Amino acid sequence: MTTYITRRLLQAFPIMLLLSIFLFGLVRLMPGGPLAQAERNPNVSPEQLSAMRVRLGLDQPLPIQYVKWIKAFVFEGDWGYSIKFRRPVAEMIWERLPATLLLFGIGFLVTLLIAIPVGVYSAIKPYSLFDNIITTLSFAGQSVPVYWLGLLLILIFYLGFQNPFGEGPMFPAGGMYTIGKEGDLLDLLWHLVLPIIAVSVGWVAWYSRFLRSSMRDILNEDFIRTARAKGLSFRLVHFRHALRNALLPMVTLMALDLPTIFGGAVFIETIFSWPGMGRLFWDAARGRDYPVLLASVMIQAALILLFNLVADILYGFLDPRIRYD
Amino acid sequence: MVFSTLAFVMTEATLSIPEPIFSASARPESLSALIWRRFKRHRLALVSAILLGLMTVLVMSAPLSAYSATQLDSKDEFAKPSASHWFGTDELGRDVFTRILYGGQVSLAVGIFSTLISLTIGVIVGALSGYYGGWIDNVLMRITDTFLIMPVVFVLILFSALLRELPNFAEYRNSVWLVIIAISSFAWMWPARIARGLCLVLREREFVSASRALGASDARLIFQRILPNSLGPLLVSGTLQMAYAIITESGLSYLGFGVQPPTPSWGNILESAQVHVYRAPWLAVFPGLMIFITVIAINFVGDGLRDAFDPYVIHTEKS
Repeated sequence: MTTYITRRLLQAFPIMLLLSIFLFGLVRLMPGGPLAQAERNPNVSPEQLSAMRVRLGLDQPLPIQYVKWIKAFVFEGDWGYSIKFRRPVAEMIWERLPATLLLFGIGFLVTLLIAIPVGVYSAIKPYSLFDNIITTLSFAGQSVPVYWLGLLLILIFYLGFQNPFGEGPMFPAGGMYTIGKEGDLLDLLWHLVLPIIAVSVGWVAWYSRFLRSSMRDILNEDFIRTARAKGLSFRLVHFRHALRNALLPMVTLMALDLPTIFGGAVFIETIFSWPGMGRLFWDAARGRDYPVLLASVMIQAALILLFNLVADILYGFLDPRIRYD
Repeated sequence: MVFSTLAFVMTEATLSIPEPIFSASARPESLSALIWRRFKRHRLALVSAILLGLMTVLVMSAPLSAYSATQLDSKDEFAKPSASHWFGTDELGRDVFTRILYGGQVSLAVGIFSTLISLTIGVIVGALSGYYGGWIDNVLMRITDTFLIMPVVFVLILFSALLRELPNFAEYRNSVWLVIIAISSFAWMWPARIARGLCLVLREREFVSASRALGASDARLIFQRILPNSLGPLLVSGTLQMAYAIITESGLSYLGFGVQPPTPSWGNILESAQVHVYRAPWLAVFPGLMIFITVIAINFVGDGLRDAFDPYVIHTEKS
């Protein structure tokens, strides 16, 4: 197992290297570079400009700049300095990361809680009325643009329905807490409802479909017939034997979907003013705050690689047939 | 034909016997006819294909509208949907229906061109990778992996913001092509993976070996032997790419990094609607609905194509 993990880490290394070179190059393509703002400022003299250039190391060749940047990024935790907020980027990202992980973590749990029963039932009774309805709904769920779904939810549950237990709308249109109620768990859950629905609809559609087909494949296998033939109960055959095996490929699939899932954060967090990474990124992109953008993409990519690795290792524990070394 | 004359003298009971698959008199069915026959059985896919056709005609007929997409009408702001303004008017008094038609031209064009470009890049990368293998495969697949772990929307925003700042690109700042380039640059990896897999399998098949033995060049083997036989999976992947491109274009425009106003697209109509959503909800409903209908139709067509090309799908089971 240790050899396997080491090997995977070694494989992840060139990918991360390639990505960092690519992103660094991309941001440096920007005309003016990090000094664009200062150059436009008439109060900054040419002498001051060249002094800044030397201080930031911009007078050195690009490869050296890259090495310095990546060294500071990885080993010193120096992710740059926000142009707009004049704060260290690392601080800003650590502040925002928990909100994103909370929203998407709970969204993920809700997804599994709905997608697994739906997928299993569809697989056990294929082409039944329930399955046909779910098939059509899942096409709808996969096709609905998440930003539009979010807007519709706000229209319906913020504008349309009143809260049956008190004043005001049924669900808030955005934010994480009501002002003055920071840290209140119930208030947080209340704010989570709409974003989580918006997040989960597409995922539920996608994963329940996938589970249905993977479960149907498994149910046709010989070992299921054997299990049935030796008189095991319906419950044991379907849940102990079939479901366990059908869930396995989903682990890999989920890890592969992560880039898209993280991408969805931008939409959800923008629509629901959720104070997470996506919202931070969007604000930074509007203000052309490149250090923030560069660091966010790097961190997201690192997280995706890490989760991919975790999924692969988890797969080894879940499926005893797989031996890594 | 023989059977229809025979049936004339047959009894009720024998009529229910299914026709034999091979009939001596009939000419063998061509592949495209077979695919079309199988595609038609997927009713939702057929309806969706017709719907997409109608949608294209509707969108192309935008100039027939009595209203202009950009003309302001200060007397008629935020008009509710009515007989004269089917989808109402927006904050500047522009007819939303007309704007959605013009926006549809842009959104569909972005979808089609992004699909063509990303599919072409993907097929070339995948074919080279799968056909030659070795270090070429290794290098190309590491690059593909790198693109695959990028958080797509984040990189797209960064990329399209940067493209707009390039001095050589200044005159194309607001061009729709910029959006198409950005989307295709980060969408070729999925078709590349599929094309590579197909190439790996097909290059070992007998008909390819036979061609090779006859002295066919690599290019001939790839373009005339392997790729034509990969048509089905690549077409299905094309529909997925198209659905993805349309959703992504609208998403990017919605965030303000896609198609730039005054050129309308479904995404930026939705963006401008967002601000006024409390006052004029219909502004947000219709553009999104168009995206939704188009994407779901494309997905159904893709599903129909998948079934039509898959020799293992038994249609009797699926209504």
